[in-house]
Amino acid sequence: MALDPALIRADFPIMCRQVHGRRLVYLDSAATSHKPRPVIDAVTDYYERFNSNVHRGSYQLAVESTEALERARAKVAQFIGASDGSEIVFAKNATEAINLVARTWGCANLGPGDPVVITELEHHANIVPWHMLTTERGIELRWIPITGDGHLDLTDLDRLLDGARLLSVAAVSNVLGTINPVRHLADAAHQAGALMLVDASQYTPHLPTDVTEMEADFVVFTGHKMCGPTGIGVLWAKPELLEAMPPFLGGGEMILNVTKEGFSTAEVPWKFEAGTPPIAEAVGLGAAVDYLTGLGMEEVREHEVALTGYALRTLNQRYGDDITIHGPTEPAERGGVLSFEYKGIHPHDVAQVLDQSGVCVRAGHHCAKPLMRVLGCAATSRASMYVYNDESDVDALADALGDADPFFIG
Amino acid sequence: MPDLEDLYREIILDHYRNPRNRGELDTPPAVRAEGFNPLCGDEVIIYVRLTDGVVEDIKFGGQGCSISQASSSMMSSAVKGRTTEELYRLDRAFKSMMSIEPDPNHPSPANGNGADVKLGDLEALKGVVKFPVRIKCATLSWHTLTQAIKEAQATP
Repeated sequence: MALDPALIRADFPIMCRQVHGRRLVYLDSAATSHKPRPVIDAVTDYYERFNSNVHRGSYQLAVESTEALERARAKVAQFIGASDGSEIVFAKNATEAINLVARTWGCANLGPGDPVVITELEHHANIVPWHMLTTERGIELRWIPITGDGHLDLTDLDRLLDGARLLSVAAVSNVLGTINPVRHLADAAHQAGALMLVDASQYTPHLPTDVTEMEADFVVFTGHKMCGPTGIGVLWAKPELLEAMPPFLGGGEMILNVTKEGFSTAEVPWKFEAGTPPIAEAVGLGAAVDYLTGLGMEEVREHEVALTGYALRTLNQRYGDDITIHGPTEPAERGGVLSFEYKGIHPHDVAQVLDQSGVCVRAGHHCAKPLMRVLGCAATSRASMYVYNDESDVDALADALGDADPFFIG
Repeated sequence: MPDLEDLYREIILDHYRNPRNRGELDTPPAVRAEGFNPLCGDEVIIYVRLTDGVVEDIKFGGQGCSISQASSSMMSSAVKGRTTEELYRLDRAFKSMMSIEPDPNHPSPANGNGADVKLGDLEALKGVVKFPVRIKCATLSWHTLTQAIKEAQATP
């Protein structure tokens, strides 16, 4: 059944608020999504009824709080087609999850000259950790270029993958919306003897995720872009990799035993979760997974394809040559992320004018400066959509965009 | 709600559409400094040629929003021909208008908050304060200028 954004909006308390006396037109879900009532309630409920530290106490509260954390882990595993909760490592966010892989698997397996392949459309989170290994360990960073319409240019893929140890790619670009051929890339990586890391931060909130189908070795995403709380992200990895990887941060929770001479690590996934974990956040993420499952991820995707199509048509018909929308032109090939340039007006100014109408878009480089350079601009305006958006939000954006003209087109 | 007209005053938009002193200077004798706003990707490049403690010439480049570009243009017009001492007084007065606490290590020889300094056209940027996110757009060029001046003064 098709999603009804009006009904969905009623689940999100923030949708009641006004901005500058106008209704909230939130088009920045690629940065963070809003939270539905069940997620907010789950976090509150956790603190009101269960709050206690996990994996330590023998009293009833601690048992229940531990169960709540591990139940959330199991829900996340099921949501992404993982076979077991032990394959789910909770991190602070997707950035930390990638850093975890770089610091543990990377430091244990990569040395001078070892190639890591990424793409020109990556978020800084999937660039800088590898730059750091370039500096520290002398790895070689290779870049898959993009085509004019924002797809990966795979012409030289075999050459780029030759000798590579890891291919690390965003499943969906946070700037262009491009959906990358993850399965194809994973197969190519494996053929070349490399592992595959998928940054699913812009994918898992919007499309049905199946880590088995992806054939990936590592998949990372963050909770706050998928209706969950901030402060929780996920690393999924193949069990044998998690077993072999050295620990990440050291401290409590991640140990089996500690002596004056040394320590031994806990089992996976706890081996990678030093210190008190983000318990309430995990519980909230579990509720977010339930919420999205209730909507149906196929339905979420259908809704976004239709709305993206409407947005592309509306903006192009209304503004013609005055607007440039980056990325694939076919809604089926992209997520609901529209980066655009309007009449040469700087994105900050565009975003400022839109804000007066309650329209929230992101302006800037979107943590993808190498991509900005490829696109030949320093910044773009970006409108990104989610389950609570509908055609009226696109219309509000299209209407408000023209308000910039009197100021900047003189 | 603060009005957009407070932010985008006509004189600001004029500097944005018709920037003064946009370009480059030969280095040396000029010095070059770059400023970045990492949050939004704005960048400002300042070229300044000091002769006997006077800003003999100044040019700016880079890219950014109307506020950062207009502020660069207005700043360049305001400091051209001024002594570094006057420039620092202007800098302090401008940042004070932008609600920025004076830097205790500020090289300005002048005491006080710069309230006695006439800002002239720069006053038009006062409306930016009502849009806190944009303050950094307005001050980026000034931070970059003081950096360039320090460099020029350190160069024999």
